[in-house]
Amino acid sequence: MEDIVEKMDIEKKSSFAIPASPAALSMKDHTTKINAEGINAYFGKVHALKNISFTIPENTVVAIIGPSGCGKSTFLRSINRMHELVPDSRITGRLTLDGEDIYGMDAVVVRKRIGMVFQKPNPFPTMSIFDNVAAGLRMNGVRDRKKITEIVEKSLQHAALWNEVKDSLSKSGVSLSGGQQQRLCIARTLAVSPEVILMDEPASALDPISTAKIEELIYELKKEYTIAIVTHNMQQAARVSDFTAFFYMGELIEYDATKTIFTMPKKKQTEDYITGRFG
Amino acid sequence: MYALCIASALLALVPLLLIFYHTISLGAGALNVDFFTKLPKPVGEPGGGLGNAIVGTLILVGLGSLLGLPVGIFAGIYLSEFGKNKFGMTVRFMTDVLNGVPSIVTGVVAYTIVVLPAKHFSAYAGGVALGILMIPIITRTTEEMLKTVPNSYREAALALGIPQWKTTLRIIFPAALGGIVTGIMLAVARAAGETAPLLFTALNNRFWHTTLDQPIASLTVFIYNYGVSPFEDWIAQAWAGALVLILLILILSIAVRVATRQRF
Amino acid sequence: MERHFEKELEKLKGKINLLFSLVTKSLESSIEAVMKNSEPHAKAVYEYEHSINSLELEIDNGVVDLLALRQPVASDLRLILAILKINNDLERIGDHAVNIAESAQGLIETPEQEPLLKVPQMADHAMAMLRDANQSFNELNALLAQKVLERDDIIDTMNRELLAEVAQLIKEDQSTIEGNLQLARISRNLERVADLTTNIAEEVIFYLQARVVKHHAEEGNQK
Repeated sequence: MEDIVEKMDIEKKSSFAIPASPAALSMKDHTTKINAEGINAYFGKVHALKNISFTIPENTVVAIIGPSGCGKSTFLRSINRMHELVPDSRITGRLTLDGEDIYGMDAVVVRKRIGMVFQKPNPFPTMSIFDNVAAGLRMNGVRDRKKITEIVEKSLQHAALWNEVKDSLSKSGVSLSGGQQQRLCIARTLAVSPEVILMDEPASALDPISTAKIEELIYELKKEYTIAIVTHNMQQAARVSDFTAFFYMGELIEYDATKTIFTMPKKKQTEDYITGRFG
Repeated sequence: MYALCIASALLALVPLLLIFYHTISLGAGALNVDFFTKLPKPVGEPGGGLGNAIVGTLILVGLGSLLGLPVGIFAGIYLSEFGKNKFGMTVRFMTDVLNGVPSIVTGVVAYTIVVLPAKHFSAYAGGVALGILMIPIITRTTEEMLKTVPNSYREAALALGIPQWKTTLRIIFPAALGGIVTGIMLAVARAAGETAPLLFTALNNRFWHTTLDQPIASLTVFIYNYGVSPFEDWIAQAWAGALVLILLILILSIAVRVATRQRF
Repeated sequence: MERHFEKELEKLKGKINLLFSLVTKSLESSIEAVMKNSEPHAKAVYEYEHSINSLELEIDNGVVDLLALRQPVASDLRLILAILKINNDLERIGDHAVNIAESAQGLIETPEQEPLLKVPQMADHAMAMLRDANQSFNELNALLAQKVLERDDIIDTMNRELLAEVAQLIKEDQSTIEGNLQLARISRNLERVADLTTNIAEEVIFYLQARVVKHHAEEGNQK
């Protein structure tokens, strides 16, 4: 009897398919903040970046991943023109910020609008915590003591450091722990009110807890800023970014929503890198 | 091996200890208030002092610093921050050469460029000679100390939109200040202790200076003159002068260190 | 600073609870359709089915996100894997509710009113198990989940007895065959619902205690 009844209901086989990203971000939903077109970079004869073109949308986090030497830091530094500090460096192509040519503007102005946080925390050694955050402001001629104090407090709060240092602002900047120093550097960058924040492996010199704090911070910061982060830690890119660009040997191999890159990348090279099958 | 190192280190201290021993034992006796305030007495008369020589040395070193400090510091800044090119390499090399030029030659050069046209010896000429001596020391130490400041601070400052010159002057320079001051004090010590160049430029003077456009007294020249004289009290005063010179430099070094010490 | 990952996890848990709720209502409705010969209740089940299917896809999508982008470990990982399986189990319970609704409509069309035999008790039993499984997930109550496991046997026995009874009834009076076959189908579906609910309880225990409970090993041998 049971067999007959069983045959009356054909049990549906369960199927599991990854839906075609209805929730994945689309670049078309955001305004373009930074646009790169045909960027080629040279150090002497070395062709470090080959024809890089992509867009960084406003108020998003874009991660740039790839093996060592693939050009990701070079590209990041070309955005705020820091690569110019290297002798014999050259860039061709077009980089724009809100449509304006970055290489047509004064480099100092560019760097006020596009800030940078480095791999190794580097608070100025001769200055207190307060002075460190205020450095950018003071050096740009701001004198109003009250205004400076306000901005310093706001920046430290934004960098999730205020509560830890508010009673010791006059202590040396280098007396803090590594993770705190990095947040101090972030506060210092925020104080000059940039629109874009570039981060070059900001957590790679930090312990896991500090790294987690920095990642949470990035998640909060993207509400007001546009962030581009270079990281050699793919899981970090997956956790933190909305879009991911995969660089290899100076070329942009793939650029897409992070979810797409990490669930169904289109290029085999991307897949191989992400799954750890090479480099 | 270890014992050899310790022995050598102790041996290196010996000359310094000998200097202190001799200057103190032979010169301390002649030190009194008069020494610092009175003029030298004529031959044969006891007493008197080297007040003018002390002041003179201070003035000469001051003049030398007026020339040596700015030139040396800015040259050092140039070499460290901008001098990675052929011109920089040339300047660096020439500076090292200048460092090795015997001070008496520097004195002769200062004679030619200051004393001859003016047709008389002067404190200015002495200042020029000492300044030239100070330049290479200050240049090289400034450059080396600035180089020890990690590049990450330059990058951080530039990335904040701070112009290059401000970065150098207000962030990098203060960070290297301790070492630079050491370099300056070394240069000052050298200048204060020179005798040969002063012989051609500042000459000497047995009276207080009234103008810088005339020869001026200096401790080193007096030590030289009194030291080779046959008079006992002059010789004693020469030792006292040597002691004062050493103490002067010591006090100056400490004072400058205290004044420029950083909070961190 | 609460990790935004935790917020996302909470959202996913919320969706599973919503699915629990939809499936429970759908099953209730299908049982009402049987008990009260109610056509509207049967129709309602098909409505619920649409919502259940699209929510199941959403939850699958959410699981993919969290696995690919957040690399969960330890209890977070067990929770997400449990959610994945519970999602699947709930959707299948929804399918069985549809089958029961179809049989209810079949019963409505048969001319005579058949006795429902043990079906009402089985239905109560299955519904109670489902509610307890849901509660054990929400309250993180492994003991409650364990109790659910122990009650599966009861429904199995009731199902076997009902099938034997139905076989007997058909032998006695062949005209009752349509109605009784529908009854058998309903009973079988309720038994499957209880099985799936047991799976859910096993997944809750896996999440809470990292224990794999092999309840069905003996069952498989008996069948």
